[in-house]
Amino acid sequence: MSATIAATLPRLLLGIDPQSALSLQDHLAVHGPMPGRQTGARRRFGRRSDLGGGLVDELERAGLRGRGGASFPTATKLRAAMAAGGRPIVVVNATEGEPASMKDRLLLQSLPHLVLDGAVLVAQALGAREAIVCVCETNADLPSVQHAISERRALEEGVQLRFSVVPNGYVTGQESALVQHLSGGPALPRFTPPMPFERGVHGRPTLVGNAETLAHVALIARNGAEWYRQLGISSQPGSTLVTLSGPLAHPGVYEIEHGASLSSLLDAAGGLSATVRAVLIGGYAGTWIDARATHALAISDEHLAPFGASVGAGVIALLSADACPVAETARLMRWLADQSAGQCGPCVNGLHAIASTFALLATGTAGDGAAQNIARLISLTRGRGACRHPDGAVRLVESAAQVFGEELADHARHGSCTGCGRTAELPLPAWSDVAREDRARRTRGMARGSSKLRASAGA
Amino acid sequence: MSQRVVVNPIACEAHGMCAELLPERIALDDWGYPIVDGRPLSADLIEHAQRAAEACPTFALLLQADGAPIRASAGASRPAPPTVRNVRRRPEPVVRRQTRQGRRR
Repeated sequence: MSATIAATLPRLLLGIDPQSALSLQDHLAVHGPMPGRQTGARRRFGRRSDLGGGLVDELERAGLRGRGGASFPTATKLRAAMAAGGRPIVVVNATEGEPASMKDRLLLQSLPHLVLDGAVLVAQALGAREAIVCVCETNADLPSVQHAISERRALEEGVQLRFSVVPNGYVTGQESALVQHLSGGPALPRFTPPMPFERGVHGRPTLVGNAETLAHVALIARNGAEWYRQLGISSQPGSTLVTLSGPLAHPGVYEIEHGASLSSLLDAAGGLSATVRAVLIGGYAGTWIDARATHALAISDEHLAPFGASVGAGVIALLSADACPVAETARLMRWLADQSAGQCGPCVNGLHAIASTFALLATGTAGDGAAQNIARLISLTRGRGACRHPDGAVRLVESAAQVFGEELADHARHGSCTGCGRTAELPLPAWSDVAREDRARRTRGMARGSSKLRASAGA
Repeated sequence: MSQRVVVNPIACEAHGMCAELLPERIALDDWGYPIVDGRPLSADLIEHAQRAAEACPTFALLLQADGAPIRASAGASRPAPPTVRNVRRRPEPVVRRQTRQGRRR
């Protein structure tokens, strides 16, 4: 993979070596020693809130928000975990189920100690004795993490670091799914509340933090909130990692400050090698934005809000004008429907119905009223899952209807276009087929008329 | 203190009892799953909401008091105040006795 460092801004990516992981020694030489270690202080259970207050206050002043997609204030999460009863556990979420995102993999592969620093600091602040690094099956072969964990044993930080492999899937990295997996259950989202930071792994308050979020914690703890806020905009300070893909000379992971313009990012990536029709922002369950609107576009939640988009997991996928946006969206929507955990009826049935109708629309066989039917199905599906998966999936289709109105009407009338047959530009992960079979097994009996009462009545 | 109905979509198996017992707040979608109106329940609806929650075979329908956390684990959250129990239990034996007598005759 190509790891490119934005010259103006190496914060997280400072000192990165794309060929190998930064050793503990090199990492400490680049960023300085671990801050705020209370050597000799007894981390006693009842006093943990006094110990961690400093870091949490600093994170609050910095305005750090989670980088896994939900953008939840990190300090709020930490305080909630502190207030809950029982000794907390820290979970590093590097599962990165988002197929177009590579930032967490890059961090673990090249800068594992930055992530582990953050995990240890948060664990020390909470009085946790254990931090678990979670990666998906695809990334389970990263030797850098295992090696980094063994390197840190000598530091005697009072936090036991563990490594855990989570099944591949779009929703298996969802916070409550991770917690359920680590408690010995299936890696599927569960009904909340209680939130993981109230009752998480084995009933203990669990702080689940995205790998990039924890890497920022490591730097804020060293350099302070003021330093962090020197970059970015007031509503969203600091820098962020984005995964840029599309017809570019150098696609890959970039570190930008919030509010940076898309055009400057494209320049850093060597410029466009083809005309772009639209940009998919946030993730596959993200938002399409018309390329004509992107010349002045800035990357921050504030600037993306008018488009109904957010930075999300930092995915910026450019779709070339040669590709068929309708076919690409239909394929992504089918995949997202297949990625439903299969637990909630509205998500299983709703996403499946939307994907099927959209696919018919793409081939011109949907008949009259298909667009209205999709709009109705979207309103039936949104907000009715235990997790946010259905909401994200319908957002993709909704934004496609807005941005690709012309193409959609054309497909509805004339069927497939010349671009429909092209190789897909937005890649789907290789594990998808296995996941589909798995889902089919789980969702058997969720369709209408198959609930237990009706089944017994019919028997 | 106001209460509202909440559905645990993971536990829900689309039996549809809730929509029968609380049509004021619950409709069913294309697939038989409840679409819940989460506005606070008026006093006259609370008893019906409690009955709907009790009738749910999977305990997926929950009553949430304003501001209070939802007790999410199935079963433990089942709201069953004594008044509702009395309403449900008393009439039933009476009905059964009547039918038995009817059979004897």
